Order: sequence, then structure tokens, then C-alpha cells
Amino acid sequence: MSKDVIPQITLDNVHKRFGKREVLIGIDLEVAEHEVICLIGPSGCGKSTLLRCVNLLERIEKGRILFGGIDITAPGVNENDIRKRMGIVFQAFNLFPHMTVLENITLGPRRAHGIAKVEAEARGRDLLDGFGLGDKADEYPDRLSGGQQQRAAIVRSLMGDPEVLLFDEVTSALDPELVGEVLGVIRGLAERGMTMILATHEMGFARDVANRVHFMHEGKILESGPPAELFKSPKAERTQQFLKRVIEAGRL
Amino acid sequence: MGDSSESGIESGGAGSGPPHLIGRFSRLRSELGKDDARPALIGFASTLAFFGVVIWAVAASGNWPRVQRSFFSAEAFRNAWPDVLGGFWLDLQMWVVAEILILALALLLAVLRTLRGPAFLPLRVVSIVFIDIFRGVPLLLVIFLLGFGVPALQIPGLPNSALVWGVVALVLSYAAYTAEVYRAGIDSVNESQRSAARSLGLTQWQALRYAVLPQAVRNVVPALLNGLVSLQKDVALISVLGVREAVREADIIRARTFNFTSLVVAAVLFLLASVPLARLADWYSARDRARRSQSAT
Repeated sequence: MSKDVIPQITLDNVHKRFGKREVLIGIDLEVAEHEVICLIGPSGCGKSTLLRCVNLLERIEKGRILFGGIDITAPGVNENDIRKRMGIVFQAFNLFPHMTVLENITLGPRRAHGIAKVEAEARGRDLLDGFGLGDKADEYPDRLSGGQQQRAAIVRSLMGDPEVLLFDEVTSALDPELVGEVLGVIRGLAERGMTMILATHEMGFARDVANRVHFMHEGKILESGPPAELFKSPKAERTQQFLKRVIEAGRL
Repeated sequence: MGDSSESGIESGGAGSGPPHLIGRFSRLRSELGKDDARPALIGFASTLAFFGVVIWAVAASGNWPRVQRSFFSAEAFRNAWPDVLGGFWLDLQMWVVAEILILALALLLAVLRTLRGPAFLPLRVVSIVFIDIFRGVPLLLVIFLLGFGVPALQIPGLPNSALVWGVVALVLSYAAYTAEVYRAGIDSVNESQRSAARSLGLTQWQALRYAVLPQAVRNVVPALLNGLVSLQKDVALISVLGVREAVREADIIRARTFNFTSLVVAAVLFLLASVPLARLADWYSARDRARRSQSAT
């Protein structure tokens, strides 16, 4: 990353706590445009919270988060306007069960972006076609497989033309045989140059797709580097232990 | 998966040959028939026997003719019917108007109570105080206070009708309960639904309106129907204000004729309205349960 380019997302000494528990302790992170960042680490290390803070779903106690050079954690920032420029995909899909797939994906454009129904639906059907869900537009989410639901959720996050996509362990709730189709979609987005931050347990995927990998442990980033380096010769002892367990579990 | 198992059965059936199959089916059917008929017959016979004994015991007692004259006189029934029915029509009107207002006011209260952020504190306080007061004071007391109290003030511009203030009392009291029903529904929707809606750029209000409330209301329809049934009877409380609805009309006739049949007429009318409603509520609940267990699998 050259120094004169403003990073798309910057976390500067971000602290977050839930009650007494410190979840994020002084996180520094930079994400350049078109970069794919993977956050790895054991459950409860703060990966998900970090993503939720970037999407302003959680308020940070200390530090700041910059988006396109602007401090979005400053008072007076309209969080809805910020969120319209980002997409987030959740572990449990979080589709709206009372709406069809098409209604799910056009809700944001219609209500938040003020796009006309006809236009939003045309674009929605186009995108669904592109993601192999063309015939599912008028189905309700509970009629879809987990993989289809998660792909629909990804389409929903793409509908507002986001500048950044956040993925919060999006394959963790899926049956193993459905993981591939969702990872394939994300890989496609990476190839098209989408800026992304992924919290993931899929180490093999992180190694293939990420530009940089950050290992998190107990609210801190312990080690960062290109995937080839970090997975091959981790320096920190915690990283070594974590990767050893992952390899033993057959996840790499 | 379902397709393959079905075709498996079909091919197995074809292999074992039709005559064999028909024999098995008829045996199965006769067995089923026996199993079906026996419990129904037992139920019917025991019910008949039970009520037969009860009716015989009542009719055989020496007091039955007096009871019948006083409560179940056919002539008194015919005489009371038109006036009580007229009064019941007013009950139904009050019921419908009150229910519409209750559903709207309760939703508003519930929404105010769930608003987040320090700026909305006053509205939350208003909602909580309202609900606490009108849930805590007996409905009859509210009816007395508003129905007699407000018209007595003779404030120009305010209606003086006991009927209006009686309905207002019903609305306030029931709205407080119903608001809590809505709130339970809002709480039953997972927080992640709100997060998903907010992450799309929707405002707090839009997230509530489009993502949370439709699911919340669907979850509490059985409880709302229950409240509807309950309100249908409680409109009769307004009779204490002298409003000539069914119970009042029936009581006027009772006082004139010294016969209680007119009150039984009113009871029959209320039953005719509330029993079908209760069955409707049961039916909806059962369907709702089926829907949920289906989507859970």
C-alpha cells in the first residue's frame, strides 16, 4: 500500500467494551481500496465486534474509525448515510422471513436510497440472476437452502452499490456441502475488486483470497501479514498454537 | 429427497402385485374404521348419559318449575327479545369502535416504549406511566371516573355523553394491556433483524416499521384475538353509566316484570357473539402453531 493513497477504512486505536469485558483493545487497521482483509482467530477474539463497529452497529468507546478519510465515529455523523455506502453480511443470514427474496433485497434501495420500486426490482432481478438465484426471487427465505439464503443476503448487501463489504463468519452456520457455493460468490467479488473485510474460520479460503491476514486474540491484533507468510511461518506463539489446532482439525 | 423415497414405494408396490396390495388396503381400512368409530361412540354415549342424568336431576327436583318460570320463561323471552337485541346492537357498535381505537393506541404506546436513545426518554416515560396507571386501576373504576366525572364538569367543547366517556374508559384500559401484548411481540423478534435492517441504511423508525413490526404483530395475533373476545363482554360494563345497551335493557325489563329471563336473553346474545370468536381464535392459534413447527424443521 503506497503512502499517498488514502485508505478506504482506517481503525485508529479502537476500544470497545461490553460492561466490564474489553472486547477490542486498541485496534489499528488499514484497508486500502480493492483490498481483501481476513480476520482470523478463536471465537470471542473480537472479530465480529470489529465488523459491527465499522458498520456503526456498535458504538466505540475510544479511538476513531475513518471511512474514505472521514471520521465516521465523530458526533453528528449520520450513521444511516454511512451504512448506505457499506454492506454487511451476517453469520445467520438475517433475511427478513416475512418478505420474499425480492422484497428482502429491494427494501434498502427503496426505503433508504429512495429508488422507485420498478427500478429497484429490475436491478434486484438482474443481480439475483447473476448469483444463480433468478428463480428464487418470489420465494420466501424459509423455502431456500442455507447456501441460497446466504447468497440472497450477499445480494441484499450489494444492492446499494457498497464501497466496502463486511463479512461476519458468513459460512459458519452452513452445512459443509453448502460452504463452497458461498465462498465461490465471495471469491468472485474479490476478483471484481470489491474492498472487503472478512471475519472467517475458513483458513484455506483466507489463504487464497486475502491480501493480508490479521490474527486476533483477546481483543488485540497479535500478528498481521500476507497470507503466505502468516500461515507458513507465524511468529507469535498464540498464532502458532491457533494454526496448529486448525490444521489438526483439518480446516487448512 | 422426498421424490426419491416416494418413487421407491411405488416401485416396491408394483413388484408385490396389485391383488396383494388391495387385500392389505382393505384390511387396513377396516381396522382403521374400527379404531375410528369406537372412541367416537364412547364419547357420544358418555356425553349423552352425563347430560341426561344432570338434566333429569334438575328437572326432577321440586324447585325446577320455579326456576324455569323465573329464568327460562318462553313468553318472557319473546317479550324481552326486541329491546335486548336493540341494546345488543349498541354493544356491538361500541365493541367495534373501541377495538379499532385500542389497536391503534396500543401500537403507538408499544412503539413509544421501545424507542431507543436518550432523546426519546420523555416519550418512553409517557408510555410507561400511561400503561402503569390504566393497567393498575380497575376498569369499572375508570368507567365511573370518566363516565360520571367528565360530563359533570360541563366543560364546553367536551362531549357530555356517558356513552362516549364509557367507551373512552374502555379504550384507555384495554390499550394499556394491549400495548404490553404488542411489546411482547416486538421483544420476540430477534435483535439481529433490527441490525440487518439498520445495516441497509434504514432509520430506527423504518427498521421497526418494515422489519420488526410485521413479524411482531404476526406473533401476537392469538393474544390480540383473545383480547377482542374479552372486550366483547366488557362493553357491558358501560351499563353502569345508564347507557341502554343489552344488559341495561334487560335489567330494566327485569325490574318491571320481576322475571330474570330478560337477563338470560342478554346472556344468550353475548354467547352467540363470543363463542364463534373464541373458536376463531383457537383455529388461528392452531394454524399458527402448525406454521411455526413447519418452518422450524
